[in-house]
Amino acid sequence: MGAAHPKTLLDKIWEAHEIAPGLLYIDLHLVHEVTSPQAFEELRLGGRRVRRPDRTLATADHNVPTDGTPLAKRIRDELSREQVEMLERNCREFGIPLYSLGSEHQGIVHVIGPERGVTQPGMTIVCGDSHTATHGAFGALAFGVGTSEVAHVLATQCLVQTKPRSMRIRYEGELGFGVTAKDLILATIGKMGVAGAAGHVVEYAGRAIDALSMEGRMTICNMTIEGGGRAGMIAPDETTFAWLDGRAAAPSVIPEEWSLRSEPDARFDRELVIDAHAVSPMVTWGTTPAMVVPVTASVPQPKSSQEERALTYMDLEPGTPVQEIALDRVFIGSCTNSRIGDLRAAARMLDGRRVADGVYAMVVPGSQSVKAQAEREGLDEIFKRAGFDWRSAGCSMCLGMNPDVASPGERVASTSNRNFEGRQGRGARSHLVSPEMAAAAAIAGHFVDIRQRDT
Amino acid sequence: MKALKIVAGRVSVLDRDDVDTDQIIPKQFLKRIERTGFGQFLFFDWAREPGWELAQNPILVAGRNFGCGSSREHAAWALQDYGFEAIIAPSFADIFRSNCTKIGILPVVLDEAQCRAVAQAGEAEVDLDGQVVRWPGGAARFEIDPDVKHRLIHGLDDIALTLSHEDAIAAYERDRERRGPVTTAL
Ligand code: SF4
Repeated sequence: MGAAHPKTLLDKIWEAHEIAPGLLYIDLHLVHEVTSPQAFEELRLGGRRVRRPDRTLATADHNVPTDGTPLAKRIRDELSREQVEMLERNCREFGIPLYSLGSEHQGIVHVIGPERGVTQPGMTIVCGDSHTATHGAFGALAFGVGTSEVAHVLATQCLVQTKPRSMRIRYEGELGFGVTAKDLILATIGKMGVAGAAGHVVEYAGRAIDALSMEGRMTICNMTIEGGGRAGMIAPDETTFAWLDGRAAAPSVIPEEWSLRSEPDARFDRELVIDAHAVSPMVTWGTTPAMVVPVTASVPQPKSSQEERALTYMDLEPGTPVQEIALDRVFIGSCTNSRIGDLRAAARMLDGRRVADGVYAMVVPGSQSVKAQAEREGLDEIFKRAGFDWRSAGCSMCLGMNPDVASPGERVASTSNRNFEGRQGRGARSHLVSPEMAAAAAIAGHFVDIRQRDT
Repeated sequence: MKALKIVAGRVSVLDRDDVDTDQIIPKQFLKRIERTGFGQFLFFDWAREPGWELAQNPILVAGRNFGCGSSREHAAWALQDYGFEAIIAPSFADIFRSNCTKIGILPVVLDEAQCRAVAQAGEAEVDLDGQVVRWPGGAARFEIDPDVKHRLIHGLDDIALTLSHEDAIAAYERDRERRGPVTTAL
């Protein structure tokens, strides 16, 4: 071994957690209200307990109204209330720590894990949520599972898994001015397609990745699932360690085991090289994240019946310049882009300007702590002065299981991760963009190339 | 989980690629805390479009990358509740495929020409033990992970299987488990 088989980051984490062939030990299990009720019920029916409550952390996010509702029992929608209250009961019964409504740490599950410092390099992390890939930004192996697997991990702290194949996406060059992590990952998915990384764990590498903040790295890994990947990961480095320093669950001294990376000659099952320097600010035009073009481009001619269907749903004519697409709503939020760095970046685009007439714009911080931090920095005032609605933490309009939904036919610039039909509201038309692009679009009332704006 | 050996019968066809779980079962139905009764909401929005038709058969033939998007097992529950016991497609999204096998739906990968042939035949027999799909006028072999096959054929409970490794789990926790983070200490 060793010299003969240089290992990837994935190999190393896998080996450190494999108990028996195909049985993986899970270091951290994150839980939210939507994918867990049936799992807890299964435990109860089987007379089983939660094996490691101390490796489990729960939060309420998908159903949470973002109007500052202080307690679960005050949620107006009956089914949402029942689901959040059920999470509270389940966590109490099984001894799982929970950030529910009213907690200063409540927030989107993929925001609070890193924020509390429970997401750390070298870990295996699962959650009943496909965007669990986010946590891979810290050099963890993190992926989404279904409800049966949630029950399985609760009961056994293990997961039955065949080892995924490995893929490396290496970026050459650096990101240009006005181009963000969101644009980089959208361009990547546009290039490889929504199933381009299926069956693979993707390691992102290259100078453009090294230069990103942890927030940017989380945005990249978060959307790995949109390219079909099982998980995304980035080797931990000084940026990672500095970001974790001082967080609640992080150790005071950086353990040596945290310095993990793929060995220089490690072989990946697949490699993809992308020129980061050539990437522009991106805007999706269709109903999958791969239907994406640079903001300077026009809506393309459809090349398949699927694309024709998407154009009809989106009510767009091929050949229309992206910058002429007028908007009804702007949503800044979701586990892709709702961290403090995202809000700072969006706020910088606003200073002193007003949201265009006829546009409703909202900002939803990813967690109550992000919200509090933003308010300490006065970002809330900048947003409010510009005419944005300043909300409380939750998934909000990323999927509209809560009162935040777009109406049929409304056109939305959204910093979230999915532009599927109906995702943000039945008949709603979503365009995925970066926080900076969303903020600038809110001001203009249509998409603009933020590189051309005078600030 | 019910043991599953052979799925035979008529075939429903959904000829679209990249069908995501938001279409299979839209979010408003994820608020339910039960595991049953999702079939009536299957493809809720599409089912309201003119010309939509999806018969309740044991077999579904679908397009590429079926079940992409969210991890919601509700999508698999809805398909099962609607009557589907096997889904044949050129490819599946990873989490969706795994969710199917956890609840006893058999995902079968055949190439596009074979999928088309099954769709045209209108009926088929999926033989899990023999790893073959037969339809009037043709047959094709399919691959499946041997452990998954074993579990499906015997209808085994995953949790019980894993707990039979209790000694190994306990030994791991004693000797190899990483230090922290401890969520209950937060
Ligand atoms: S913000 Fe959106 S993508 Fe993220 S966990 Fe919530 S619903 Fe899922």
